[in-house]
Amino acid sequence: MDKTLPDLAAAVAGIPDGATVMIGGFGGSGAPIELIHALIDRFLATGHPRGLTVVNNNAGNGHVGLAALIEAGMMAKLICSFPRSADPVVFTQMYLAGRLELELVPQGTLAERIRAGGAGIPAFYTPTSYGTDLAIGKPVEVFDGRPYVQERWLKADFALIKAHLGDPLGNLTYRMAARNFNPLMCMAAAVTIVQVSRIVAAGEIDPEAVITPGIFVQGVVETPNPAQEEDLNRAGAVYPEVAA
Amino acid sequence: MKLSPTQMAWRAAQDIEDGAYVNLGIGFPEMVAKFQPLGREAIFHTENGILGFGKAPDPGLEDWDLINAGKKAVTLKPGTAFFHHADSFAMVRGGHLDVAILGAYEVAETGDLANWSTGPKGVPAVGGAMDLVHGAKRVAVMTDHVTKDGKPKLLQRCSLPLTGVACVTRIYSSLAVIDIVGGRFVLREKLAALSLDALQAMTAATLHLEGTVADLIVPEL
Repeated sequence: MDKTLPDLAAAVAGIPDGATVMIGGFGGSGAPIELIHALIDRFLATGHPRGLTVVNNNAGNGHVGLAALIEAGMMAKLICSFPRSADPVVFTQMYLAGRLELELVPQGTLAERIRAGGAGIPAFYTPTSYGTDLAIGKPVEVFDGRPYVQERWLKADFALIKAHLGDPLGNLTYRMAARNFNPLMCMAAAVTIVQVSRIVAAGEIDPEAVITPGIFVQGVVETPNPAQEEDLNRAGAVYPEVAA
Repeated sequence: MKLSPTQMAWRAAQDIEDGAYVNLGIGFPEMVAKFQPLGREAIFHTENGILGFGKAPDPGLEDWDLINAGKKAVTLKPGTAFFHHADSFAMVRGGHLDVAILGAYEVAETGDLANWSTGPKGVPAVGGAMDLVHGAKRVAVMTDHVTKDGKPKLLQRCSLPLTGVACVTRIYSSLAVIDIVGGRFVLREKLAALSLDALQAMTAATLHLEGTVADLIVPEL
């Protein structure tokens, strides 16, 4: 078995119009910048994919990565917990102009909905959001004297993930807090595509150290020295670069 | 005369026990970590999957895979642990945190908190606030006692969209320390130079007294 993909373009080639795509990361940490940029490249070259529903904790920062995906006009809907950042201008303009639908989900509920999607649990109850505007229309049930809100699972057609090491079987490790939503999204998508800093031979990742087992992964593409969104923004980067 | 946010953070830090697991909200509550009393060491949790992180690194030494929930760079300490987001919020909702300290737009005497939305205009953003108010054994709020235009923030009922119902247990305001007990504000400490009447006039729900009210004494910081 070899889940290795030849390059970033091949990695994102199968994502169709209207797909639901989970994109890993919390702010810039763990964000698969190179996969996102490859998807933008494909859209600019072919006009596809468009009308995407994207699941991420945030809504991008500056004009790279997730923000660039919004700016390119490929996204119809964003499901996230916190669409603010140091420079949220792209999302803010698109949202206030009515060109992007937003589903706002409390952060822990978002994580658990994704986990539930990957674990085959169609709904669960949480105390989070009870009595607030974000619980409107959702069933409430009392357990042991306390009210809880019913939340539904969240699944995706594709997940774009950033990990640290990967092997041909799709086993993954992550680097520090870049883990965040990535292992959950690997589980919840029908097709999970992962960019890793290095592909190693099967057996080189200590089985005790595997965070995402390969069963949750369909494709791995090596992307050495991946960009950090924060570094790109501090350098004033814009994607794609405007031709001079 | 009122406490600065730094002084409120100092006061809040005095109540955190050695070994407590603590989540500090984005913004002013983050400063609480700087003022741990000598001999006590709390373990700080951040929603994005770190337990036991250290202070900010020197400029130029940031590692952007090592950030807190405010997206600011932090450092490792001996004993740091990483975990994914579902485990992180299991720590929150599952009752494993001892203390959460959050900011507030409004707090009601019922313990209701409003801190995520100022109304239908603009872009709504909730982050982890609605999760954090459930599960921590103590949910404290750090806030100016009144708004910038002098209106009370401590109310009978919140007027802004709620973050959580009956969740706040203690308020560290710029003028007083107030507990919420059985749907009532109970005054524990106030600035010595401030009369009870003056404090009550800036509070839109009754301040109840149980025993003595201590002076709120905070160092110049």
